Amino acid sequence: MDRALALHLGVIAALGLAYFVLPAYHAGNLARIMVLAIYAMGFNLAFGYTGLLSLGHALFFGAGMYGLALSMQHFGAPTLPALLIALVASALVAAVVGALALRTKGVAFMIVTLMFAQAGYLTALYFSAWTRGEEGFVLPQALRRFAGFDLSSAAGRYFAALLLFALTLLLIGAIVRAPFGRALIAIRENEPRATMLGYDVQRLKWFAIIVSGTISGLAGATYALLFGYAGASFAAVPYSILPLLYVLLGGAGTTLGPLVGTAFMIYLFDLSSSLTDAYMLIAGVVLVLLTMFLPQGMLGTLRKRALPWLP
Amino acid sequence: MDFGPHLMLAILEGAVTAAILALTAMGLSVVFGVMRVVNVAHGEFYMLGAVIAWFVATTLGAHPALGFVAALILAPLLVGGLAAVADMLILQRIGYDPERTIVATIGMLYIIQQGTLMTFGPDARPVAPPFNSRIPLPWLEWAEGKLSFYYPWGLSITSYKLFVIAAAALILIALWLFMTRTRAGLVMRATQQDSAMAQAFGIPVGRVYALVFGLGAALAAMGAVLVVPIQQAHYLMGHDPLLLSFIVVIIGGLGSLPGTVIAAVLIGVSDGVISVFFSPTLAKITATLAVAMVLVFRPQGLLGKKAH
Amino acid sequence: MTQKLIPPSGFTRRGALKTLGLGAGALAATTAMPGFIQAQSSAPIRIGFQVHRTGIGASYGRWYDRTSQAAVKRINDAGGINGRMVELVPEDDGTDAKRGAEVIEKFATQSNCDVAFGTLFSHVVIGSAPRAGELKLPYFVVSEGHHVASGMLNRYTLQPGITDVKSQVQAMAPFVAANLGKKVCMIFPDFAFGHDHRDYFSAAFEAQGGTINAMIAIPPTETAFTKYFPQIPRDTEVIYHVMVGPAVLTFVKELGEFFGPSRPELFGFIDSLEAVDIASPGLEFLEGSYMWEGNPRYAQADQTEYDKAFRAAVGVDDNGASVSDSRDISTYAHMFGCWETLNIIKAGMEASGYQGQGDRAALIEAVEAMSAMPLGMDHPQGAKIFNGKTHQTFGHQYITRVESGKLLLAHTTSIEDTLYEDEVDYTTRSF
Repeated sequence: MDRALALHLGVIAALGLAYFVLPAYHAGNLARIMVLAIYAMGFNLAFGYTGLLSLGHALFFGAGMYGLALSMQHFGAPTLPALLIALVASALVAAVVGALALRTKGVAFMIVTLMFAQAGYLTALYFSAWTRGEEGFVLPQALRRFAGFDLSSAAGRYFAALLLFALTLLLIGAIVRAPFGRALIAIRENEPRATMLGYDVQRLKWFAIIVSGTISGLAGATYALLFGYAGASFAAVPYSILPLLYVLLGGAGTTLGPLVGTAFMIYLFDLSSSLTDAYMLIAGVVLVLLTMFLPQGMLGTLRKRALPWLP
Repeated sequence: MDFGPHLMLAILEGAVTAAILALTAMGLSVVFGVMRVVNVAHGEFYMLGAVIAWFVATTLGAHPALGFVAALILAPLLVGGLAAVADMLILQRIGYDPERTIVATIGMLYIIQQGTLMTFGPDARPVAPPFNSRIPLPWLEWAEGKLSFYYPWGLSITSYKLFVIAAAALILIALWLFMTRTRAGLVMRATQQDSAMAQAFGIPVGRVYALVFGLGAALAAMGAVLVVPIQQAHYLMGHDPLLLSFIVVIIGGLGSLPGTVIAAVLIGVSDGVISVFFSPTLAKITATLAVAMVLVFRPQGLLGKKAH
Repeated sequence: MTQKLIPPSGFTRRGALKTLGLGAGALAATTAMPGFIQAQSSAPIRIGFQVHRTGIGASYGRWYDRTSQAAVKRINDAGGINGRMVELVPEDDGTDAKRGAEVIEKFATQSNCDVAFGTLFSHVVIGSAPRAGELKLPYFVVSEGHHVASGMLNRYTLQPGITDVKSQVQAMAPFVAANLGKKVCMIFPDFAFGHDHRDYFSAAFEAQGGTINAMIAIPPTETAFTKYFPQIPRDTEVIYHVMVGPAVLTFVKELGEFFGPSRPELFGFIDSLEAVDIASPGLEFLEGSYMWEGNPRYAQADQTEYDKAFRAAVGVDDNGASVSDSRDISTYAHMFGCWETLNIIKAGMEASGYQGQGDRAALIEAVEAMSAMPLGMDHPQGAKIFNGKTHQTFGHQYITRVESGKLLLAHTTSIEDTLYEDEVDYTTRSF
């Protein structure tokens, strides 16, 4: 077993152990961090590995969230089918948006994805008869079960989050070492050269967006499932910006950067808000300082300075 | 209301939106054109302009026109100065790296928003317009075999809104003269075309960048001062102008100044006109998708050069 | 439903203690209790206060905070609850559903709160309520949403201090039909809040024999409104408007510029103009128009002594502004809900003999058992009737008219006008 895989398994084991060691509050936070880290990992596949900076991933997160929540709320779907619907919904949305948006590059790509996401957000508001728009709705607690486990209990939530986080991490770990992932990195590093080497760059990017969008959708569905709420605010612009921050802070193009960045941001807000009301100010200053002094994010800088093998 | 007057009203209202949008988007476009960075805090400079206008107007407390004129001078200066300082303190140090600039400007967005919340407070505050009278507008009608004027119900605009359109046009003409007829403008355009070459010719690129960043913010602040008697100052008001400015800048062709103006007019006016024909929210959704499609099939924008 | 475990009816801690006290166990109980009570009673009762300090709800949050602090001071000055002081534990929810849920978790598992309380915006309440239910933390909301009474939430979430939007809206219909006109054009924001107004008002108004002649839905994110006004039919007698957010000043101003000198009657909800001075430039057009107010912002001629004392306690003058800054306008139509809710928590804790977190279910049952709440210092906005089954309170609504830049009371609705059929019975749900 190589070091990267060992590290991933070690992190997963440590997270499993953490539930029994940490006080209830921090274990609860960690469950949420793992769910949002799934989102950040999905985003990282497009941004960190393929070099596609999307500002519209909230659309995929929202597609997953509503895919699961609406099928539970209106059709009484049990967890597993609802989760599958969520994955299919987000994959389809990502396939369509990807096919269109990938005709553009750079800043135009950012704006096109942003606008698709904005259209999705407005759609969720408009069909309030189904979605309850900006208010959102509570998922039926009785349906939030899986294989006999109550996903609304502390342990059920934590280990469901851990399971999905672990699967995503191992999947990403496998992808970036597979020819597919190496091709994506080649595209990020030098797109014309990747084209010359015979890669079907457009097709690979499209696949990357689909996988990235589906993972983001998984995160959205998981959030609704574990925290019992779905609402349009999760499909709004700030939720497109969040994974970008998580990934850039943790380290773009590192497998564990999304987890580190997510945990850092959540605790930055949580701790500074207990010190002062001006926690947004603190968060802003920290963001500025980090970009100035840790340009490659935490793990990116660590990899560059000390641990070149870091996945 | 009859169709004709309704359309006319929508076009006039759209023109006001377009005028403000053109100024705000022009700020973003100048910055992108010269520095090639995306400033996510642009909407916050706009918001600061509105908030400073409120402070100036209420502090002076004299005739609304005096406060307004003072705000129109002070707000862009202060906001532009702040932006230039932020550029030198932060953006220059990270070398205008595109991705890091986005995160740094998101950080600036948080700082400015929270700072305003703590000083200005969370309430929406209006500023009195320097003048404001309702002007009923006539419409032509073909009646009894001849053309005649009449004043349809509801068809009107205010003198202040007409002033906003004129003022925005004047500011944009002044900007164009500045960019094409002055030495400073020449230096900016030289830097835009090739910053390395400009540096080699002894142009202080760092100072030019700070100036450009300040100018971009000042344009946003001017747009905000003009709009604040129509709307009002609020600490979260920067969000929508940011998105719209982005769209305008891209549709117009990145860094193309005439393109930005054309796109602002197109988007502002069509926003007004669409509401005449369609159910508004569906129209917004469709229009958003339509603009995205324009970009998908013409990613260089309307007047942008083909990507190379 | 997970389990249909119906608790034995009438079982409360107080009931249990009474039974114990009557029986042979009386001696054992009285000797065993003092130590228990002493260990518990010195520590303050902690009330987690979820507050909009940042985000779009910050104007409301500031006044919810001031009102709650004043209410807690009054409770403590009168000796606290069950002999214990009350401590507010404020935490910013950022007017965000995700952060709201995190704050609830913090109250339940980190800051050791007895109950949670607060917050206005519906999405924060709905996003937080499942977590409160799962963590078995009583969650008293002051949100005016119909989410509690609709049955969407859970046994641990209650709204005893403020009426919901369904009540408010339907209670307006008789007044509008009788006094303003029979043909109403509704203008509302095109999302759930506006849709609630659209559905509840049109139903209630048509039941009064009126007609809605147009419904104009304004898209979210809109900042300019004139272009929508030509859709207002010429024969409109009343315009019903419920725009929200900072753009509302623009809305009113442009409406005035559109109609010029002659306009139909106007009826609106103060929600949009909370924390905004009615005498602001551009709002002159509202002169002579009518407003729903949860509680009249301006001190009225027939002001009750309770309203007077409430204003003094919170620091609000007769114009609804802060006593220290006349430009700082309160959210007077809503913030009384915080004051009243805290008094209900106190009453519930006293009725249930609340000692510690083990008595949370008893506290809920004690509040569910409440019904009539008379006008008084605990309920300065007016008398209320609480429905324990739906966890929702019902009370008088006020309609004021703008006269010389002040809001003068024109009509007070009866509580009956606000009642509607139960949509849920939370008391049948398990704890």
